[in-house]
Amino acid sequence: MPRVKIARKSTAIDMTAMCDVAFLLLTFFILSAKPKTADPVKADVPPSTSITAVPEVDFSTILIAQGKVFFNTEGDDVRQKTLEIMADKYKIGFTPEEIKTFKNTEYIGVPMAQLRQFLELPAKERDSYPAPGVPVDTTNNNELYDWVHSARLAVKYLHDKDLKIGIKGDSDEKYPAVSEVISTLQKQHVDRFNLITALKNK
Amino acid sequence: MAELDTSGGGKKGKKGGQKKKNVRVDLTAMVDLAFLLITFFILTTTLSKPKSQELIMPDKDEKVPQQLAVAESKTMTLLLGQNNKLEWFVGLPGKTAPKVMGYGKNDLRKTLVDQDAAIKASHGGQGMIVIVKPSDKSTYKNVVTVMDELNITGIQQRAIVDITPVELGLLKRDGLY
Repeated sequence: MPRVKIARKSTAIDMTAMCDVAFLLLTFFILSAKPKTADPVKADVPPSTSITAVPEVDFSTILIAQGKVFFNTEGDDVRQKTLEIMADKYKIGFTPEEIKTFKNTEYIGVPMAQLRQFLELPAKERDSYPAPGVPVDTTNNNELYDWVHSARLAVKYLHDKDLKIGIKGDSDEKYPAVSEVISTLQKQHVDRFNLITALKNK
Repeated sequence: MAELDTSGGGKKGKKGGQKKKNVRVDLTAMVDLAFLLITFFILTTTLSKPKSQELIMPDKDEKVPQQLAVAESKTMTLLLGQNNKLEWFVGLPGKTAPKVMGYGKNDLRKTLVDQDAAIKASHGGQGMIVIVKPSDKSTYKNVVTVMDELNITGIQQRAIVDITPVELGLLKRDGLY
């Protein structure tokens, strides 16, 4: 009786198509990834079970850590307009070069009086600059008030939307520091804002 | 797997003829690497997105103070003190003895659920109003934890209010300030 012969097939599969797909996806993810920039001061955000995502446009973040306050607003155009409004308010003329630097800088943590000096520094020195934080106090005329107000005006002017404000605070920050920022916001009738948190289980 | 040198078996090959090289390259390792990187990018882009908790503060209009009278037996006050401890009482400060507790699941959450149920039972289904009063010694994390627990327990009527000297006295008495 003749033995049934099983045809021996090669186990090698053509991987070309799979490789193509894999690299296509890889390219997509690399391009869509936003480069993560380091915060000027380390803030360990508190955990919460909330799952609302942080908005990416028309959004400002106020970072509170180590007793200092930093201000950031998303979007190059909004940043430029914000700076223009601030420059007008504080009667400071910025050169085009400085405006360009400001557009690429995330968190601002220097008083207006030092801002030009800060923007003139080379990029490397700017990272290690000992920023004292944006001045905040309980009066109506603190600089954070003006930053938030200018950013709100800029977003309204450019995009006709309301600016959303997020507070990114360090877990161990004492409440008075946060309270000062909140009361500054409430002075301009911003009563809704997002507290940026890290996800945890119930 | 190595397919680069599978050409030219000794017996079948033509003698003296040019050997035909197989040009197929094994892509398995390359695909492995690509998928590894994809996984890495997916995890770093979508999973690390920060979340946010919405906070609505009561409107602070200095010219038109808005006061709404509520039954004091319906309000529960949380005083946030130092060392991750808080005090709570129902009603007016000083009238009911405050109790000290932590922020854990078995302390804060249980108390909120129990009190809410008790107040609903005695007020014909009306929910409890929670007033959060963080002292200067409490941390930002404490406030976020309390707001989060209120979200979890579904207590919508709550507010963050400045602490009063009487309440600070209570915290001091219990060594939380």
